[in-house]
Amino acid sequence: MKEIRFAFKQTVPILLTYLFIGMAYGILMEKAGYLPIWSFFSALFIFAGSMQIVMIPLMQTDTPLISLAIMTLFINARHLFYGIGFIEKFRKMGWKYPYMVLTLTDETYSVLCSVTYEDELDEEKAMFFIALLNHCYWIGGCTLGGIAGQLLYWDMTGIDFSATAFFTVVVVNHWRQYPSKIPIIAGAISSILFYILLGSDHFLIPSLSVSLITLVVLKDRVITKTGGAFHVN
Amino acid sequence: MLTSTVYLISTITIVALVTWGLRSFPFLVFGNRELPQLVRYLGYVLPSAIMVILVFFCIRNANFSEYPYGLAQIISILLVIFVHVKKKNMYISIMSGTICYMILIRTVF
Repeated sequence: MKEIRFAFKQTVPILLTYLFIGMAYGILMEKAGYLPIWSFFSALFIFAGSMQIVMIPLMQTDTPLISLAIMTLFINARHLFYGIGFIEKFRKMGWKYPYMVLTLTDETYSVLCSVTYEDELDEEKAMFFIALLNHCYWIGGCTLGGIAGQLLYWDMTGIDFSATAFFTVVVVNHWRQYPSKIPIIAGAISSILFYILLGSDHFLIPSLSVSLITLVVLKDRVITKTGGAFHVN
Repeated sequence: MLTSTVYLISTITIVALVTWGLRSFPFLVFGNRELPQLVRYLGYVLPSAIMVILVFFCIRNANFSEYPYGLAQIISILLVIFVHVKKKNMYISIMSGTICYMILIRTVF
C-alpha cells in the first residue's frame, strides 16, 4: 500500500532513534529485574521515552503512585502543546482519532509537522501509518532490548542523534517555507534564555510557555508577514 | 511477588493515564467546537517554535560551561544545517550529522 511506503520513508530517522533508545530502555529494565513483557506494556501504553527511563529507578524504590503521577505531569507537560495544531485534522479521522491523540510523541509530532503529502495519497491514512509505524518501532526496540539486548547491542552510542538532526532539518524547512521568522526566533531566544537562567532540567516548559505568549502578543506582526492570511497547515 | 506485580501494573497505568491526559488536553478543551481564530493561528505558528525548542531539549545534557562545551553537538547540528541548505535532502542531512556526531564523540571529544 502506497501510504505505508510513504509513511515508512518519512519515519526512517525515527526508526533509528526509537530502536536505539528503546533497546537501551529494554536493557535497563532487564538489568533492574523487570521481565521484557513489562517493557512491552510500557512501550505500548506509555510510549514516552524519557518518562519510561525515569520510571525505572523510581519503581525500584517503591515511589508512591502520586509522586509518579506528578513526575509524569512535569516530564511530559510539553505534550500539552502538541495537539493545538492538529485538532481539526485528527477529529475528522473517525476511529483513528483517539489513537492519533494518544500516540502524539515528540517524534510523531515533528514528522506530522514536516511532511508534504503527495497528491495521490490519502492524507489521513498516511498520517495514521506514520503514528502506527513510530509506535511499532518503539515497542519493537523496547521489547527487543529486554529479550536480547545484551546480544544485539553493539556500540551504537550516538545514533540517537538522528532525532536531534531530524528536528534540525524540520527547523531549516520551516525557516525556508514560513514567511515569518518570528516563531523560530521566539523559540530559539526563549530556549537559550531559560537554559541559562534555569538550567537543563527546568528550561523546557518556561521556554514553551513564553514562546506561546510571545506569538500571541506578536500575532498581528506575524500575520502581516504571512500576507494577512494563514492557513492551518 | 504479587504485590510487586500489582505495583508495577499500577505504575504503568498511572504514568500512561497522565501522559494520555496531557496529550488529549487540547482535544478535550476544543473538542467539537469551531476553533477560535487564536487557536488556529497558534496551530499554524507554534510548531516552528516547538521544533527549535526540541533541538535545545535534545542537547540539554551537554556540558556547555567546560570542555568539550557541547562542541560535538554544536558542530554536528551546524553540519546538518549546512548540508540541508546545500542538498535539501533530509536523509543525507540526517545521516551526515549523525555519523559526524558518532565519530566526534569517539575520537575528538
